[in-house]
Amino acid sequence: MTETVLSVNHISKSFGGIHAVRDVSFEVSRGEVLGLIGPNGSGKSTLFNCVLGQLRPDKGDVHINGHRVANMRASHLNKLGVGRTFQQLSVFPQMSVLDNIILAGQEHHGTMASRLFGPSDAGLTEEADRMIAFFRLEHLRDEMAGSLSYGQQKLVDAAMAFMAGPSLVLLDEPAGGVNLTMLANLKERLETYNREHDTTFVVIEHNMEFVMSLCTRIIVLAEGAIIAEGTPEEIRSNQQVIDAYLGG
Amino acid sequence: MSRKHILFAAIALLLLIFVPMGQKNYIIYVLTSWLMFSIAAMGLNLTLGYAGQISLAQASFMGIGAYITALVTLAGYHWVLGWIAAMGATFVIGLLLGYPALRVQHHFLAFVTLAFNTLVFLVLRNEEWLTGGSHGLVGMPRPDFFGISTGKNLEFYYFVLVLFVISALVFSWIVHSPWGRAFKALRENPVRAESLGVDTRRITLLAFAIGSAFGGGAGAIMTPLVQFIEPGSFGLIHSLKILLMVVVGGAGFYYGPMLGAAVVILLPELLRFTEGYYLMIYAAMVIVLMVYSPGGLIGLGHKIMARVRPKKEVRKDMAKGAQL
Ligand SMILES: Nc1ncnc2c1ncn2[C@@H]1O[C@H](COP(=O)(O)OP(=O)(O)OP(=O)(O)O)[C@@H](O)[C@H]1O
Ligand SMILES: [Mg+2]
Repeated sequence: MTETVLSVNHISKSFGGIHAVRDVSFEVSRGEVLGLIGPNGSGKSTLFNCVLGQLRPDKGDVHINGHRVANMRASHLNKLGVGRTFQQLSVFPQMSVLDNIILAGQEHHGTMASRLFGPSDAGLTEEADRMIAFFRLEHLRDEMAGSLSYGQQKLVDAAMAFMAGPSLVLLDEPAGGVNLTMLANLKERLETYNREHDTTFVVIEHNMEFVMSLCTRIIVLAEGAIIAEGTPEEIRSNQQVIDAYLGG
Repeated sequence: MSRKHILFAAIALLLLIFVPMGQKNYIIYVLTSWLMFSIAAMGLNLTLGYAGQISLAQASFMGIGAYITALVTLAGYHWVLGWIAAMGATFVIGLLLGYPALRVQHHFLAFVTLAFNTLVFLVLRNEEWLTGGSHGLVGMPRPDFFGISTGKNLEFYYFVLVLFVISALVFSWIVHSPWGRAFKALRENPVRAESLGVDTRRITLLAFAIGSAFGGGAGAIMTPLVQFIEPGSFGLIHSLKILLMVVVGGAGFYYGPMLGAAVVILLPELLRFTEGYYLMIYAAMVIVLMVYSPGGLIGLGHKIMARVRPKKEVRKDMAKGAQL
C-alpha cells in the first residue's frame, strides 16, 4: 500500500464573488511528482496557499503526513517537513546566497538558545555549500541574492525549499524565467532529489514540456475546479483539457 | 569578523580611551552622553535597522530604565541592581509593545509606539507618589565598584565606556548569530521567512524586547550621569532624536547608530558658533543627507566606495518580490 503524504478534502475558497477554488479534493502518495496545471487565474496558487496555511479555506481540510493542518502556521508546517516556493520571487535580497541558504536550514537545528549562543552559521556552512553545489550555484555563493538575475534567484529560491530536508515540496512555477539549459538542470536536480530522498513534489507549471516530462501524474484545474486527472499521456490527449488549456 | 574590523575596533577603542584625557568637564560630559545615546540607538537599530520594525518609543524605554535605576539606588541598593532591574523590566515591556507589531506595520506601528511613548510620559508625570511628578527625582549617587569611585566626570566616562563596550560586543554577537539572520529575514521578507520555519512572531517580539532592553540600559546610565531625571527628558521629541541618530548614521549598519549619535549630539556643539542659525543649518544638512542617501552616512560612505571600487548592489527592478 502506498503511503498518503498529502490529502486535500473538498477545499473551496472565494474572494468576494470570485470562486477561486471550488471543492477540490486529491491525494498525493509518497515519492509522487504531481503536476498542477491550468489557465491563468484557475486557482492553482490559491490552492497552494490554502494547503499551506497562508490562506484560510472557506471549506474543506488538509492533512499532511496524517496531521490536520488547518490553521497551522507556515513555520510549524515547515518544521513538519513541508518546503515550498512562492510564485513571486522570494529570496532575501540584502543577504548573501550563502546566508539565504543557511537561513532556510537554521530553524531546524538546535534550540532558540543554541541559535543565539552557538556558532553564527548554526553549523550549517558545509550543508549549505553542498546544497549550493547541488543547484550549481557555487560561483554565486557570496553574492548578494538581490543582485542575481531572475533565473538565478529562482534557483536560490528552490534551493532554500530543500534545506530543511522536507518530505513534501510544493513549487509554484519553478521554471518561470529559467533558461533551457538551467531548466534541464533544475529538472535533473528535482528528479535526483526525488530519487535519493523519496521526496514528494507538487509542482505548478505552465511549461508543458517541463511538467509532462517531470511529473508522474497531472491534475488540471479550470475556473477553480478539477477538470481532469491522469498520467501525462492521458492529459495530453484529453479533449476537455485541450479545449480549456492546451489548445489545438 | 574579519581582521580589518578588529583593527578598526581596536583603533576606535584606543581613541575612546585617550581622547577625553585632560579635557574640560563639559567635553567629557558630552562624550559620556554620546556613549549613552549610542547604546540606546544601538537598540533601536536592532528593532528598526535589522528587524525592520519601526518604533517611536525608544526614549520611553530610556525613561523606564532611568526611573527604575533611580528608585533602586535612592532606596540604597547598588547601581548594578538598578541596571539589571532596568534592563529586565524594559525587556518585558518591550516584549509587550511587540504584540501590536504582529498585527500592524509601518506607519500604523509608528503611531502605536508613539502613543506608547506618550503613555509612559504621562505615567511618569502624573504618578507623583512614585516618580516625583514633573519635579522628577534628584540626588541619585554615582556608583562605587570595589572601592573604586565613579564620582568624578572622567571616572564616570570610563565607567560608561566599559558599559558601551559590553553593549557593543553583545550587540555584535546578536546580529552575527542565527538570530541576527532571522531578524534580517523578518525585515526583508516575513512571509518567506515564516515558510522557512522562522517563527516570525517570536522574532518580532524579541526584536522589540532586546532593542528596548538596550534603551533601558542606556536609561540606567542617565540616572547617575545627570543625577536629576524628569519626565520631559523622555518625551516623544527624544524618541525622534534617537530615531534620527539611527537613520542619519545608517539603519541596519553596525556602526550606524554610533556615528549617528555622534552627529546628533556633537554637531550642534560644533555649530554653536553660528549662534541662532545652528538648528537651521543642522536641519538642512539632515534633509540633504536623507534625500541623497537614505542609508545614512554609512550608506553614503558605501556609495562613495562603490564609485572607487564598484560593488554588486541589490537590483531595483526586482526589489519587491516576495508575497503569495
Ligand atoms: N487575494 C486575493 N483577492 C482577490 N482575488 C484573488 C486573490 N488571490 C487570488 N484571487 C483570484 O483568484 C483567482 C485565482 O488566482 P490564482 O492566483 O490562484 O491563479 P493561478 O491559477 O495561480 O494563475 P497563474 O497561472 O496566473 O499564476 C483569480 O481570479 C484571482 O484574481
Ligand atoms: Mg499562480
